Amino acid sequence: MLPNLFFGYFAIVMVVLSLLIITRRNPVHSVLWMLVLFFHIAGLYLFLNAEFLAAVQVILYAGAILVLFLFVIMMLNLKEEITAERFIGEWPIGVALGISIIMLVYFALSKFIQGPVGQYTIEAINKETHTKTIGRVLYTEYLFPFEIASLILLIAIVGAIVLAKKRG
Amino acid sequence: MDKYLLIPLLPLIAFTINIIFGKGIIKERAHWIAILAVLGSFAIAVSTLIEVLNGKTINYDVYSWIVSGSFKVTVGFLIDQLTAIMLIVVTSVSLLVHIYSVGYMHGDKGYYRFFAYLSLFTFSMLMLVMGNNLLQLYFGWEAVGLCSYFLIGFWYEKKSASDAGKKAFIVNRFGDFGFGIGVIMIFLTLGALHYTDIFAKVGTLQGQTINILGYNIDLITLIALLLFCGAVGKSAQIPLHVWLPDAMEGPTPVSALIHAATMVTAGVFMVARFNPIFSLSETAMNVVALTGAITSLFAATIALVQNDIKRIVAYSTVSQLGYMFLACGVGAYGAGVFHLYTHAYFKALLFLGAGSVMHAMAGELDIQKMGGLKKHMPVTYWTFLIASLSIAGIPGLAGFFSKDEILWLAYNHGTIGKIVWLMGTAVAALTAFYSFRIIFMAFHGKFRGTHEQEHHLHESPKAMTIPLIILAIGAISAGWVGIPAALGGSNAIAHFFEPVLGHPHVTAAHEEEFMVMSISIVAAIGGIFVSWIFYSLKPEIPKTLAAKFKGIYTTLWNKYYVDELYGFIIVRPTKWIASNILVAVTDGKIIEGIVNGVPQAIRNFGERLRKLQTGHLQHYAVSMAIGLFVILTLVLIAAGR
Amino acid sequence: MVPLDWYIGLSAVIFVIGVVGFIIRRNILIMLMSVELMLNSVNISLVAFSHYLQDLRGQIFVFFIITVAAAEAAIGLAILVALFKNKAAVHTDEITEMKG
Repeated sequence: MLPNLFFGYFAIVMVVLSLLIITRRNPVHSVLWMLVLFFHIAGLYLFLNAEFLAAVQVILYAGAILVLFLFVIMMLNLKEEITAERFIGEWPIGVALGISIIMLVYFALSKFIQGPVGQYTIEAINKETHTKTIGRVLYTEYLFPFEIASLILLIAIVGAIVLAKKRG
Repeated sequence: MDKYLLIPLLPLIAFTINIIFGKGIIKERAHWIAILAVLGSFAIAVSTLIEVLNGKTINYDVYSWIVSGSFKVTVGFLIDQLTAIMLIVVTSVSLLVHIYSVGYMHGDKGYYRFFAYLSLFTFSMLMLVMGNNLLQLYFGWEAVGLCSYFLIGFWYEKKSASDAGKKAFIVNRFGDFGFGIGVIMIFLTLGALHYTDIFAKVGTLQGQTINILGYNIDLITLIALLLFCGAVGKSAQIPLHVWLPDAMEGPTPVSALIHAATMVTAGVFMVARFNPIFSLSETAMNVVALTGAITSLFAATIALVQNDIKRIVAYSTVSQLGYMFLACGVGAYGAGVFHLYTHAYFKALLFLGAGSVMHAMAGELDIQKMGGLKKHMPVTYWTFLIASLSIAGIPGLAGFFSKDEILWLAYNHGTIGKIVWLMGTAVAALTAFYSFRIIFMAFHGKFRGTHEQEHHLHESPKAMTIPLIILAIGAISAGWVGIPAALGGSNAIAHFFEPVLGHPHVTAAHEEEFMVMSISIVAAIGGIFVSWIFYSLKPEIPKTLAAKFKGIYTTLWNKYYVDELYGFIIVRPTKWIASNILVAVTDGKIIEGIVNGVPQAIRNFGERLRKLQTGHLQHYAVSMAIGLFVILTLVLIAAGR
Repeated sequence: MVPLDWYIGLSAVIFVIGVVGFIIRRNILIMLMSVELMLNSVNISLVAFSHYLQDLRGQIFVFFIITVAAAEAAIGLAILVALFKNKAAVHTDEITEMKG
């Protein structure tokens, strides 16, 4: 019962936070609500026995990406933004589309069948800590994608500098 | 890398180097690369022949070209007795032609291109003879056709040369069409492309028939005739012989190569290679024998009256090829290939000799304007004489043994054999006659050309005369490997070929063999004698005869009007269709309509499609979301069922 | 034990909120945040799968998605900065150069 309640709390708060993010007039508020959302997601990860990812979620999303967003917001003209129209004219179409996709997923979920389970039980992971287990998999089986990920980041850095640089 | 692969690969490498770097870097040095490559191929071919002589046959796949399920096409080599001899013929004649071309083509602006094509030609022919499967044979088959087009039309600025190139290509296409269908038929009925598989399974086809338009046709006969169709095109047999005499428009070394070693021999080689299929169908064999004999006689009669030196030699090639098919048709494949091998040397020699004469005469081809060249160009004269004696079938020379073998085996082959033997003997007399007509008219007597030409007369350079001398040695001695038992020899070559080509059963006694031999010797000497009377002793006789039998003479002079006939029944209707239907209707209305209409339609459609591109980011996002929705729905529906 | 369906449902709801946010907002910044929302919703479902199926591959995927999300945010924001510098506009309906 307790886990269900716990999940219920997280679920409701996360949905409300998401709605807040996309409806706030002031982008700064959106970012701050997103910060709260990311903490909740990290909490959910902890609930799912993924400590390492919870930590990464907080450090990377809350610490890095959101700060980046805030920086950019500071460059924009907030005064004008607050008074401007939030939504496009045809927003009901978007909402209707969203609701229909939700319905679809609802139907799909009724046909959901769980697949076979793997070898990493909670006991196995807890025996040598989550971080160590995920590290071993990442650096052996997924070493090549891992290296590619580093390349993607490098390209992103270079790209960001080139794009945002003052010309001439 | 194994050495057998190098045999075709070396000329290919030479071709690649010359065609890429020839124009800029190599230029006048192109021949070194080409000659070294062919020399390498020749050396390997000789060592391969020695291996084959010691009883080794090579059959393996080098490379998988196309693999699709059970269908597999490979590049592989089958080197047995037949291939080994072909390799020697191709590489040796090609090598000598290469060397000769150094002198002959000197100063031509397409020098590097010429050697590049020669290399490619050699490569194609080597692939053709070395292949161990039908598709590789077909590849080589088409490739030599393409190279012949390049080389015959080498002087493409000259309209007659480019026309001749096109003619060779198009006429060959008729034969290749049948050949292609034959290849497909073999694959469909036997499911195999490798020779060994085909020959292992071909027996199962015996007695099977196929229904075409209501007629039941024996399957093996059909396949054999379709294959022979290709041979008729490539080896210039009736009715597809018309391209070969026109192929004279190419440079003379090319003619020598085409006529002696590559291209035309491919047909004979193919028939010999597929002897297990041909032997199963008596009808096909008779067709082969009769086609060969008729072509032989037909071409020999045309050669009697021609005045163009190269044209006479060309018709003699058609005639000798007919001999080879005659041999194949009576089951004497070994004799056919033996004749192919001896013929390669004396025919190459005749062509290169003719080229040497042309070189001295500043391109003059008409033997009526020559005469007395003997004292100006002794090497050319003596070598040409040897070649003529050899082709006429004078005992002791190469041509005698192979020709005699063919005639003797034909004589032993029942009624059909007797008929073709008679024709063959007649051809032998005619051959001797027209060959010596060249000798007497061009080399003996008084010079009949202009004063300028007489002043210009000279022996050809060493690069040209040395190949002539080497070929002359070949024209004398090439036949010594096949001295028949009746003359105290062992007929080594027939035994050599026996594992691949078999040997027809001969029942008749030695006395009969001597009889056949004597008849052909008499025919040859008679031909030479008549030729001597006509063109040396009493030169007025031919003119009187020509005037008396004007009808026959003009028919022969016009080559039985075959070209005119084809012009009337094939070329004119095709041109009419081309100009009145293809150009006027198809091109003018349909294609123009499509060409103009399609862009117009696309433009109209684009005008409408343009409106979709609003530039609003959200509109694109919505279409993506709708796409997601649709895909999810489809997946759900599919899963729900 | 919380059923796996609930996690997937939650993930779907947040994802659709992200989609709707991307579609209906005018401000490019919020649209980028909606994209982050979508990526995070997918992460939730992947981690849930990983937990329930006792397989670490889901978490490895999350790791890579976070990498890509970081790269995407950096590039997206850089584009936004460049756009703002050149056109002084952050609203999508003001930027319709691609109109055909």
